[in-house]
Amino acid sequence: METSTATTGHEERPEFLQHHFATAQQQRETSKLGIWIFLVTEVLFFGGLFCFYAVYRSWYPEMFHEAHKLLNVSLGATNTVVLITSSLTMALAIRSMQVGSKKWTMINLGMTLALAGTFLVIKFIEYSHKIHEGLVWGKFFTFGEIDATNPHLFFSVYFAMTGLHGIHVIAGMITISWMMYRTSKNHFSADYYTPIEMTGLYWHLVDLIWIFLFPMLYLVG
Amino acid sequence: MNTLPYKTYLNSPTGIKSWLLTKDHKRIGLMYLMAISLFFLVGGALALVMRLELFSPGEQFISAQTYNQLFTLHGAIMIFLFIIPSIPAALGNFILPMQLGAVDVAFPRLNLASWYVYVVGAIMALGAIVIGGVDTGWTFYTPYSVQTKGAITLIVMAVFVLGFSSIFTGLNFIATVHKMRAPGMTWFKMPLFCWGIYATAIIQVLATPVLAITALLLVLERGVGIGIFDPKMGGDPVLFQHFFWFYSHPAVYIMILPGMAIISELMATFSRKPVFGYKAVAYSSLAIALLSFVVWGHHMFTSGQSELSAMIFSFLTFSVAIPSAVKVFNWMSTMYRGSISFDVPMLYALAFLFLFTIGGLTGLFLGTLAVDLHLHDTYFIVAHFHYTMMGGTVIAFLGGLHYWWPKIWGRMYSEKWARISWALVFIGFNATFIPQFIMGSQGMPRRYFNYLDQYQPMHAFSSVGAYILGLGFLIMVVYLWHSVKNGPIAGSNPWGASTFEWTHSTSPPDPHNFKEQPVCDHEPYPYATTIFKSTNPYEMDDSDK
Repeated sequence: METSTATTGHEERPEFLQHHFATAQQQRETSKLGIWIFLVTEVLFFGGLFCFYAVYRSWYPEMFHEAHKLLNVSLGATNTVVLITSSLTMALAIRSMQVGSKKWTMINLGMTLALAGTFLVIKFIEYSHKIHEGLVWGKFFTFGEIDATNPHLFFSVYFAMTGLHGIHVIAGMITISWMMYRTSKNHFSADYYTPIEMTGLYWHLVDLIWIFLFPMLYLVG
Repeated sequence: MNTLPYKTYLNSPTGIKSWLLTKDHKRIGLMYLMAISLFFLVGGALALVMRLELFSPGEQFISAQTYNQLFTLHGAIMIFLFIIPSIPAALGNFILPMQLGAVDVAFPRLNLASWYVYVVGAIMALGAIVIGGVDTGWTFYTPYSVQTKGAITLIVMAVFVLGFSSIFTGLNFIATVHKMRAPGMTWFKMPLFCWGIYATAIIQVLATPVLAITALLLVLERGVGIGIFDPKMGGDPVLFQHFFWFYSHPAVYIMILPGMAIISELMATFSRKPVFGYKAVAYSSLAIALLSFVVWGHHMFTSGQSELSAMIFSFLTFSVAIPSAVKVFNWMSTMYRGSISFDVPMLYALAFLFLFTIGGLTGLFLGTLAVDLHLHDTYFIVAHFHYTMMGGTVIAFLGGLHYWWPKIWGRMYSEKWARISWALVFIGFNATFIPQFIMGSQGMPRRYFNYLDQYQPMHAFSSVGAYILGLGFLIMVVYLWHSVKNGPIAGSNPWGASTFEWTHSTSPPDPHNFKEQPVCDHEPYPYATTIFKSTNPYEMDDSDK
């Protein structure tokens, strides 16, 4: 039994404890379970795209090989480092609040936000370069110098997967900004930092998805 | 004489704002109930228009194009706006936390958000009807859905949005069942309704994201031509079917599992016995949830998948019959030597057993490869899924609605009119769909605007049945509406039931559900050891005989 059997009786209810929970522990565990279920739905959401990737890669292996050469590995690798570093600063932000340091929480969240922004800037450079060369999805593909069948499908996959990932990065940045706002308003303490922790879990998933996308798209050969 | 409790979730606090911003699971459940009932009536009315058109061959009063839009809307409304949210989001929302002995669901704000997301999705779906119509069928198969005119993009986005609402509900219920149970309520002391809703929530959470990505890809295909479903560009339209059914087959279990969950409650309460084989019924819900993910290929026997995969999918499809039959046999054994009372909810439960068994067994015909080649895309399919979805889910939903109605409003509906309505629904339903089994097996294709003269008698019979069914629902709307203000006061436990929402709470419940935290110190459905006094204003012993 993990539910409210361990009620502590007449203790004062902390301000952050919502009325329908018996204890802070129950509230925290419930939030954690909720965010994990949400992450599962995210994995399945991207799972559809991974499936889409697997089908077309198995149909057109040579084309995937040829088309991937047109991606810029050094920019992709830089972005991988940027995102992994942002996961570190995110984890440090949670740690900072666990030890009650508002200042370091703000600094680490701010760094995470900056790194996420860097990722998007680099992604924007890559995208504009691709669009300029006509290396885009489906019916808008106009790039001529490639010797393979249906190369536009690779770029459909590329833009669908990185685009959806990019939207998740933006959602993450909004959430992180909100966490910075709440931290600055003293909503959190060493006793209550669940929302930052949940944001961190989400952010690590966004990072993790990129860690799959990078080799699958940039390092096919 | 009973009186209504002074302070209930209905009157405290008051004001429209207190409803629109409520975080109370009971109010949100009730708001869902209103919304889905509305869409059920709209979807039903569309069906009646179609049945009138199909009374005779040829064009009667609507064009073939309008007909195509009607069956699409009937399907899309009934599935995405009614059945999927029906039992979980309306009754489940209201009852699940109470049966667990919880004050609310795990995430009340998310719960309210899911209702608003649902409303936004519904407005988008209705908008699609107004601005252009949709004629693809609710399945949106490519390549037609990419090529046809009309508001396909909008309705597919509506499906995407509605998916979020479904995920929010599912996520909330999983967390609620895991973390919000009353002291002493272990997993195997939970009422079976909770087990069924839990299994449903698992499917909602695991399957719906795949629908979301499918919808998104279809929108991209239509909007910017990404080519993945387009054979001209090296894509594959059948891939859409795989994606679509990977969600939509589990989705039919999202629809039926909560129905089964209600039936377990009704069988126990009205047989005055614990559900026979409690653990088997609980596990069979999970088994159905798991199997639901590996049978999607049976929608595609004629779509050009390999013979080997067709055989595997056929075999896996048959295996779903095992947990389903476990439930049916256990419900029947529950009634054996029980002290059965034929109150209206129980009449629906019995109708469910009859209709769902027909629906389930005809599913086995369709899972058989050779037979399916003959029956695929005929009225046989239409009759089969109406027997499971309407004979199963809707009948169970009505059973649940009549069962918990006195809890929701604190008042009883008219027994007499409820029985009349039940009889009309039961007769009308069979009269509508039995002829469809027959004409389907004789080759009448589904979704056709026109038909050969030889099918006319059966089409006419089916249309008459549909109007009997419609009359049954009309009566139901009237007596239920009337009962909200004028019904006799029900008292806290009119059925003499054993679960927390009846034993520890008033009707209608207190805003905080219980006066004091219930504690579970007994096995589920302890009728053998405890007497649960009924507060039914209608004399129980009359209907007992």
